[in-house]
Amino acid sequence: MLRITNLHAGVGGREILRGIDLSIDAGEVHAIMGPNGSGKSTLARVLAGHPEYQVSKGEALYEEQDLLGMDPESRARAGVFMAFQYPVEIPGVNNAYFLKAALNAVRAARGEEELDAVEFMALAHDRMTRLGVDEALLNRPVNEGFSGGEKKRNEIFQMAVLEPRLAILDETDSGLDIDALKTVAHGVNAMRRADRAFLLVTHYQRLLNYVVPDVVHVLADGRIVRSGGKELAFELEEKGYGWLEAPVGG
Amino acid sequence: MSTSTQTIEQLASREYKYGFFTDIEQDSAPRGLNEDVIRLISAKKQEPAWLLDWRLKAYRTWLTMKEPTWGNVKYGPINYQDIIYYAAPKSRPAIESLDQVDPEIRRTFEKLGIPLEEQKLLSGVAIDAVFDSVSVATTFKEKLAELGIIFCSFSEAVQNHPDLIRKYLGTVVPYSDNFFATLNSAVFSDGSFAYIPKGTRCPMELSTYFRINARETGQFERTLIVAEEGSYVSYLEGCTAPMRDENQLHAAVVELVALDNATIKYSTVQNWYPGDKQGKGGIYNFVTKRGTCLGVNSKITWTQVETGSAITWKYPGCVLIGNNSVGEFYSVATTNNWQQADTGTKMIHLGKNTKSTIVSKGISAGHGQNTYRGLVKIAKGARGARNYSQCDSLLIGDQCGAHTFPYLEIKNSTARVEHEASTSKIGDDQIFYCRQRGLSTEDAVNMIVSGFCKQVFRQLPMEFAVEAQKLLSVTLEGSVG
Repeated sequence: MLRITNLHAGVGGREILRGIDLSIDAGEVHAIMGPNGSGKSTLARVLAGHPEYQVSKGEALYEEQDLLGMDPESRARAGVFMAFQYPVEIPGVNNAYFLKAALNAVRAARGEEELDAVEFMALAHDRMTRLGVDEALLNRPVNEGFSGGEKKRNEIFQMAVLEPRLAILDETDSGLDIDALKTVAHGVNAMRRADRAFLLVTHYQRLLNYVVPDVVHVLADGRIVRSGGKELAFELEEKGYGWLEAPVGG
Repeated sequence: MSTSTQTIEQLASREYKYGFFTDIEQDSAPRGLNEDVIRLISAKKQEPAWLLDWRLKAYRTWLTMKEPTWGNVKYGPINYQDIIYYAAPKSRPAIESLDQVDPEIRRTFEKLGIPLEEQKLLSGVAIDAVFDSVSVATTFKEKLAELGIIFCSFSEAVQNHPDLIRKYLGTVVPYSDNFFATLNSAVFSDGSFAYIPKGTRCPMELSTYFRINARETGQFERTLIVAEEGSYVSYLEGCTAPMRDENQLHAAVVELVALDNATIKYSTVQNWYPGDKQGKGGIYNFVTKRGTCLGVNSKITWTQVETGSAITWKYPGCVLIGNNSVGEFYSVATTNNWQQADTGTKMIHLGKNTKSTIVSKGISAGHGQNTYRGLVKIAKGARGARNYSQCDSLLIGDQCGAHTFPYLEIKNSTARVEHEASTSKIGDDQIFYCRQRGLSTEDAVNMIVSGFCKQVFRQLPMEFAVEAQKLLSVTLEGSVG
């Protein structure tokens, strides 16, 4: 589904990703771990098409398309979703209205009919019930005045409505209490499917107690320094990141 | 043929939305301004002698006045002797098909989603509608008459209800009020008059659409609305103008009078031609709008969405005389390309326990300059007066400007006055967030802007709110990336 080859990218002329190679197949859950500043979030944002980041080398093929050549909305419409590390507030814009517009943009790109308000609300209520998200979120302005936990739950709720093919979660678990963390994990687990892939960017192993990844990658200094099964995450939790960087650093 | 005539008639009885230019034969006054021109206007309208005297007094006062320069707007000198002050159209439209309409205007029609038939109507294809300085035929007149509501052109009111006009004309905006209002008082051509009798709730939104049509004809509209004791009225005003090369002056006056327990809501969507992308052309909109809450518990609400004009200079205000009376001002002003707006309100608290609310939303894009200028004045005797003001500015891009000039004059120690102001930029992060969810940049901007304006749009009647939102998106088109 996603094949990244020798990806170099950075921001403001500073190179952060220094040759990433990564392949994710449909149905898989990959976790990207690494210390602060290793480039985890940069990778997520580059894949989503954040305009501040520049790609200097390499490529990323998403379902055989040149992902890096697409604008952000085209990527979203093609099924790439990113849950933001810091979800953005849009004052005055109703959350339901926002999400309906987004869903219809995605559906139009898929050649599906737009949903009207009634159909959309039915879908939204269904997803909220399944995720255990408070329905009051729907009628509030997008992320405005939301607590940290509410913002992250809202991201997962949006993901559940938009039904992406590739979902990238950028440190969705950081700063969450255990209940919110469970909501996030539950959302991911409920959406795992043979034709959908997840890329979980996380600093801590604890999300992986609830979401069992197929592959864990460790990112350090802009490169993947180690890949392995879920047990790699436990090893990191025990030993920290230091032991990995030393041998590869040279 | 008969069905199409019928359709056209049906359409003709609907409200006009947008402007156009038709080259129809004018019945015009000679260019320039002097007492003879004023006498001509008054004679054409068969006005009583007192009204002519009032006009002449205004004119003589105007000669002693200077054009104000304190506004935060820049424009070249206006040659008041180069303006035609009176033009009445003869009803023979020259346009036979839409192909003759300026493609730019047709593009705007399409963007606003106006059906083809209606486009024809709006473009003046063989419709006997009233253009220019003679007022738009008022609709539903008979139904209103049953309730004793008068809604007619100002000229008709002068003929049919001279006592009411004489009683209230100039009581809110005196003929000597300011340079532009005084000019209007001397030369006003037509406008609207509404009178709501005691205890009557006007069952429909009253609306009139002003349109600037004749070349180089200044527009001097005059509107007067009187709400008697315990009555209610909601009045809508909307306007557009076609592509223009030369600047056009518009100096309207609106006067509102609310008596005991009466409520007047006055809503405006203003979409006059703003000039092209280089800042050439466009309307100069120098308007004086004011309401007097004369009676106890009376209320006046101004809601405006200003998207057009090259220059907007307008401060709809309320004079709160009656005890417990309420004044409100909700405004969205947008400037794009080279537009300049200096707008705000005046809330003058004279009565006890009077209350006012000001919510102003300024949006600047391109090279637009947007100024909020507001006065809150609490007189000595206005015990327990309260004001809340909120002025928010939204910037799109880095070439535009937002300015806020709040003036507070508080002469009573029991007054409570609050002022909040904010300036924000549409963030790249907001746009990226929307795009990551599949929305285009254009849709993202529209959504963020309409969210910003929500408090004001909420005050507009439903169909007007929808129109206002569309206008905003057309106005801001291409302002981002």
